[in-house]
Amino acid sequence: MSYFQIVWQWLTAAQQWHGSNGIPDRLVQHLEYTGIALAIATVIALPLGVAMGHARRGGFAIVSVANFGRALPTLGLLVLVYVLTSGSPASWLVPLAALAIPPILVNAYEGVLGVDPELTDAARGMGMSEWQILRKVEVPVALPLLLLGLRIAAIQVVATATIAAYIGLGGLGRYIIDGLASNEYNVVAGGAALVVLLALAVQAAFMLLRQLIVPQGLRHQTRSS
Amino acid sequence: MSWAWANRAMLAHYLGQHLYLSLMPILFGTVIAVPLGIACVRWRWAWPPVLSLTSIFYALPSLALFLVLIDYTGLTDWTVIIPLTLFSMSVLVPNVVDGLRSVPDPVRQAAAAMGFGMLRRLIQVELPLAIPVVIAGLRVATVASISLVSVGQLIGIGGLGYLFTDGEQRDFPTEIYAGLVLLVALALAADAVLLVARRLLTPWERGRVRRGTRRVLAVAWLGSRTDAT
Amino acid sequence: MLHSSSRKTPAPTLTGTPMKRTAAVGVAAIACLAAAACGSGKSGSNPLAPSASKGSVVVGSANFPEDELIAQIYTDALQGKGIKVTTKFNIGAREVYYPQVVRGAITIIPEYNGALLTTSVDPKSTAASTAQVNAALSAKLPTSVEILNSAPAQDKDSVTVTAATAATYHLKSIADLKPYASKFVMGGPSEFRTRTAGLIGLENVYGLHFKSFQPLDESSTITFTSLQNGKVQAADVFTTTPQIITDHFVTLQDPKNLFAAQNVTPLVYKKGVNSTIVSTLNAVSAKLTTDALLQMDKALTIDHASYTQVASGFLAQEGLK
Repeated sequence: MSYFQIVWQWLTAAQQWHGSNGIPDRLVQHLEYTGIALAIATVIALPLGVAMGHARRGGFAIVSVANFGRALPTLGLLVLVYVLTSGSPASWLVPLAALAIPPILVNAYEGVLGVDPELTDAARGMGMSEWQILRKVEVPVALPLLLLGLRIAAIQVVATATIAAYIGLGGLGRYIIDGLASNEYNVVAGGAALVVLLALAVQAAFMLLRQLIVPQGLRHQTRSS
Repeated sequence: MSWAWANRAMLAHYLGQHLYLSLMPILFGTVIAVPLGIACVRWRWAWPPVLSLTSIFYALPSLALFLVLIDYTGLTDWTVIIPLTLFSMSVLVPNVVDGLRSVPDPVRQAAAAMGFGMLRRLIQVELPLAIPVVIAGLRVATVASISLVSVGQLIGIGGLGYLFTDGEQRDFPTEIYAGLVLLVALALAADAVLLVARRLLTPWERGRVRRGTRRVLAVAWLGSRTDAT
Repeated sequence: MLHSSSRKTPAPTLTGTPMKRTAAVGVAAIACLAAAACGSGKSGSNPLAPSASKGSVVVGSANFPEDELIAQIYTDALQGKGIKVTTKFNIGAREVYYPQVVRGAITIIPEYNGALLTTSVDPKSTAASTAQVNAALSAKLPTSVEILNSAPAQDKDSVTVTAATAATYHLKSIADLKPYASKFVMGGPSEFRTRTAGLIGLENVYGLHFKSFQPLDESSTITFTSLQNGKVQAADVFTTTPQIITDHFVTLQDPKNLFAAQNVTPLVYKKGVNSTIVSTLNAVSAKLTTDALLQMDKALTIDHASYTQVASGFLAQEGLK
């Protein structure tokens, strides 16, 4: 049986859709972990990146923090915080938020930094306050890159939230880790397929968001991951 | 920490294994990504499907691939190296494509005007000029690869990841700290090496340059390579 | 500057001519790949084929400290007799490593006879004592593998609760759980859910239908924390876990022998072992008592001694070096 057949059979089996180990429950849990971690990372990294981009300083610090954050292994943080906090929610929040912060931070900084200085000069010339410049000029122009950072972070967190299952949590990772332990190929394959589908859905959602809120003329900008 | 010193042989063993398990995927990923990226620039219709494929590998949890591969590659390093190669490749291909596309048109045209054939143009002009963007992608892929190797510990092949799972099982935070410190140090060292490599490979960017000057410098450098006697 | 390519070789630049540079990178890449192909032995792993023909073996272990420790003891004992050993520790649960032993990719692994029997060989078996279990194993194991002598040491799966829970519900044996099971969340390693010596057996043999099953870890920190903070009301705690004493847990009795004898027993790939290996491992097993195991587990998980220290300490003490 091909991979796709195996996954299809598992996905469409009725039992998969009921009970506490069913796909709906696990999906909701996975989205909870992803959503909350992403929200916290955004609250920390977005204002910081935007502010530093506006002030046009701290580029070296941002790159260093981003590098450092990217290097932190999620499994290691997961286990460390679990052991130190006896299993509090910080156990999964800290590693997943740490994963999401670098792309959001770097892209927010680069986005605002990359705003044409002529625009901000003109705005200053028109008498706008720094705060107004930020709100009316820099953030709108930087929007594509801000969204890009959020999108990259979201996909990384969706893929990595599977590891939360290692400390007994739920989410789609449950299928992968349990299937691995019981040597059940179809469960692992199904779980992996669901994660990829979710990531693609998140990608599509961000594309839609981009269409909706980014003005036509700003749609083409280069990426920084 | 005295514990770390007392167990330095064990730590060195896992550090070495980790280095091996993270460098191989980068090497193979690059070897695959560069030709693939070149092809996607040359034949534009290939880029959307390749991009979709690489997006899937980016989102696919490597952990899932481990179990699939055990049947084929057994409990060997390849079971970890192959999924990580696919991940590295998924980070690098877009960068290769971006890098090649970012070569300024005037430079390309100048090369053509000087009689550079397509292959020569690619190897002597476009690839070198794409290096900064490619290395930017390499830095991300390398750090991510080093971090992801630890997940391989869930099938017993995880380099420094061993220190995380063993630290959890023995309620031993010191061990986990040791793993974190060594892993981050490894990642930062690798990043530094890539930065140095970038400086060495892009002589036309030495000294402080503004973005517009790069184009001029590139053309000048290009010209200097075909100086007549 | 605009001459066509009348020069055969490009002019040199600061980092060597472009062609030379490309060639250098290419050679370096090929060299690295070659080194990779040859160097894959560096990390201690082997290709799939059994390698005992040269008198060397692959010792594996499951993914929890006690099994890794016993595997380390086997490794040290064998190396002491001049046998070349490659180690592959922390592979995973039995469901993952057992097929590897059967096909010879792993030569030796420390097993627990009862668990091996009901998990991978004959889930319907009702063998209970050491003798019965070993007889069943010898009869039903695939022909490529066999078990060596069992050690007296046993480490069983169990159903364990906190002292408070035991007091509140007056729990002494697993059977006492019957009226309360529907209110209890049962915890254990992931694989517990699908095993006969696990959730399945608790349902069939004791008639326990728990509220739900919570996957934890291999009787380690996550299990203890979850018992203590009430995330689970009962859990599979391995019987030689030191925390049973230090954290005041109560292991419920097993009158129906669901968790049969679980002696530490080497499982070996027949073609990979010779008589020296067999006698060395049997000598180790003879000296391995439950008490010794408990002491060593305590050294590992509470005193945080290293595996190599504890293993060589045991061998020296028992005169097996």
